[in-house]
Amino acid sequence: MAEETFEPKIVGFLCNWCSYRAADLAGTARIKYPPNVRIIRVMCSGRVDPAFVLKALSLGADGVMIAGCHPGECHYIEQNYKAMRRYHMLKHTLRALGLEEDRIRLVWASAAEGQQLAEHIEEFVDDVRKLGPLHWPSNFQENGERWHAVEALAQEHAESLEVL
Amino acid sequence: MAERVGVYICHCGSNIAGMVDVEQVAKWAGENLEGVVVSRDYKFMCSSLGQAMIEEDIKKHNLTHVVVGACSPHLHEKTFRKACQNAGLNPYLCQMTNLREHVSWVSRDREKATEKARALVAAAVERVKRQEPLQPLSVDVNPATLVIGGGIAGLQATLELADAGYPVYVVERRPSIGGHMAQFDKTFPTLDCSACILTPKMSEAGQHPNVTLYTYSEVDEVSGSVGHFRVRIRRKARMVTEDKCTGCGICVEKCPRKVVDEDFEAGFGYRKAIYTPFPQAVPRIPVIDVHSCIWFERQKCRACEKLCPTGAIDFEQKDEIIELEVGNIIVATGWNMFDCRRIPQYGYGRLANVFTALEFERMCNAAGPTNGKILLRDGKTEPQTVAIVHCVGSRDSNHNEYCSGICCMAALKFGHLVLEKTKAEVYSFYIDMRTNQKGYEEFYHRLLEEGMHFVRGKVAEVTDAARRPDEAGKLIVQVEDTLLGKQRRIPVDMVILMGALEPQTDAKELGLKLGISCSMAGWYTERHPKLDPVATMTDGIFVAGTCQGPKDIPASVAQGAAAAARVMGMITKRKVWIEPVVATIDESRCSGCRICNNICPYNAIEYDEAKGVSRVITAMCKGCGTCVAACPAGVISGAHFSNEQVFAEIEGILWDALQEEKKAEPQAVTG
Repeated sequence: MAEETFEPKIVGFLCNWCSYRAADLAGTARIKYPPNVRIIRVMCSGRVDPAFVLKALSLGADGVMIAGCHPGECHYIEQNYKAMRRYHMLKHTLRALGLEEDRIRLVWASAAEGQQLAEHIEEFVDDVRKLGPLHWPSNFQENGERWHAVEALAQEHAESLEVL
Repeated sequence: MAERVGVYICHCGSNIAGMVDVEQVAKWAGENLEGVVVSRDYKFMCSSLGQAMIEEDIKKHNLTHVVVGACSPHLHEKTFRKACQNAGLNPYLCQMTNLREHVSWVSRDREKATEKARALVAAAVERVKRQEPLQPLSVDVNPATLVIGGGIAGLQATLELADAGYPVYVVERRPSIGGHMAQFDKTFPTLDCSACILTPKMSEAGQHPNVTLYTYSEVDEVSGSVGHFRVRIRRKARMVTEDKCTGCGICVEKCPRKVVDEDFEAGFGYRKAIYTPFPQAVPRIPVIDVHSCIWFERQKCRACEKLCPTGAIDFEQKDEIIELEVGNIIVATGWNMFDCRRIPQYGYGRLANVFTALEFERMCNAAGPTNGKILLRDGKTEPQTVAIVHCVGSRDSNHNEYCSGICCMAALKFGHLVLEKTKAEVYSFYIDMRTNQKGYEEFYHRLLEEGMHFVRGKVAEVTDAARRPDEAGKLIVQVEDTLLGKQRRIPVDMVILMGALEPQTDAKELGLKLGISCSMAGWYTERHPKLDPVATMTDGIFVAGTCQGPKDIPASVAQGAAAAARVMGMITKRKVWIEPVVATIDESRCSGCRICNNICPYNAIEYDEAKGVSRVITAMCKGCGTCVAACPAGVISGAHFSNEQVFAEIEGILWDALQEEKKAEPQAVTG
């Protein structure tokens, strides 16, 4: 696949109250943005388990976007702050894994900010496009095999590893 | 039992079908997705025929789960859940995926949009198979209602509810209820006196056995949720004991300190340091303004205290906090006028005879500072020519892009009043004349006949720099007359600026307390701009009047009544059903680390010391799911948003990426 035509696949986790509605508003206002971000609705950006993000990347996503209400405007008082903390932790984790930390992005969009959300999406898609494909499943195949070896070992010594 | 999923893809006329190949998506889902037994597309899924089709299929094909690919779940989730329920399927086994707002309406390329739609449908199918039947939770509704704001919209809502027999608490920031309408002289287009139609409502609210007024008070804090909100109200120190005051007014009469009234008189008139904003104020209990009172300035005077016949003055009074429990809240906080100083070329604050619309309202009012006479700032001279400038701060990309809606009609009303009360010529400088309600266009024609001059063009400048002899000593309005295609300079004596309606400066702050959001311009966002303009995203909180967007008195009254009707609906139901999206902890696997205890913003997780485990108090859980994501042992599950469901959704949404990876490295799947 030539680099110019690379279309990243991005999973977006949008909170039910602000950013999902911002995406609805972008639609109602017929604001166009790239089709690369596929949206999953969660009740709050605080619900986004870092494992969701890693899962998405490991299944072939090239980037993950998390969107929530603006700080101070969370429908659940302050849970978007927790999302923010986890986001920075996740970036750290990605670096540790040897991945580009810019493959994930946290943005804020209130229910009235359809235009802003569309702009965030446009920008993020462009940035991930520049990073190129991630190909986690195939790139990590070697590691995968190592993991299977570890599993096999663990099974062999299952009894001695038993935790009471 | 194996899952038997039905997939239904909506054309939405051409709204979806125009950009997404819906037939192909439906066919693809039926052929490629595991567990799908029926997959159809239909012109309008939400129509009764579309719903009937789903219901029939559920029975005929024994469907266990349903996926509807149509518009946003915020629009039609209820519709399709109900259809499932009708066919005997638990409504929470239905999943909607948003192919309209999130795909067809935002895409340019049909092929890519179809690809995205396929991914979303695959995600929904994978997810729905893991969804579980749930029962909605019920909450009792407290019959009391809190109305924030005692303007005409809030008063209407208050009286509707009180008359129906339910207790209402009204919180008003100013010393009296009445809002902006109390400041006006006449109302358009009927020209009936504003006070004459408003004050009966005010006194009715003041005397109603079901209404409790908290004037000179503000909402400090709101907690709880629909059915049982807890509200903390700060009653600001009035320095007058309400139970003792009879409203005789001696204190006001004898107070030696006179200050400019920036609020009720819009800076155009005076009031005393102890004052009721206007004679018909409800309640008729004065307030001491501690910022202008001589006692608070230099510990002298206390004339009011000495002269009060009932000893109601209390200089030691402190702010008081009261707590209320209510089932619903109506927000009717109104608007604020654009500060015309922000457009310096119009000269307000610099050129004496430039007035704001509110100042002019007070000038026309018989109870106002000039006793209803239209006079220049010197208080003596009647103007010969009056200019009314429309759209000051509205329809202006430098300030507010929106149209304030009411200024055209208010300008016509001012024109009429000037023509009626003086011999002056009146010019209106408008961009477009917007008179689109009942009787409004007729009023415009009436003014055309009365001889008001209309100049179509946005005023560039108001200046006192004369260029010609006839301009000497006058204000000159510089404007491009877009109908003549010429620049004009029109000398006038008085200029009235129709300032924009703006949201209250602290609207956002209150919105945060209530958990409701504001639009970009700062107006409260309604649940749906067309179909639900009264409710907000937060259950049990409704909006009425101009806090939701600029509107005139009839519209404010209508929305106030509508909000009351919605609240009455909630009260008469006695119970509300809330989404069963709550967290539960598997106690057998909980290690008692208590990480979740602190992360919950509602303190809905308690720790059982005896068992050494945490437990969710279901009634307090709002279902944000943060604890689910935080539990290191993964033993908290969030109903309807469980890890399993979301993981499945991720897998589905990336089905094509997975396939590509498999193709690229076929051996990668060994093991």
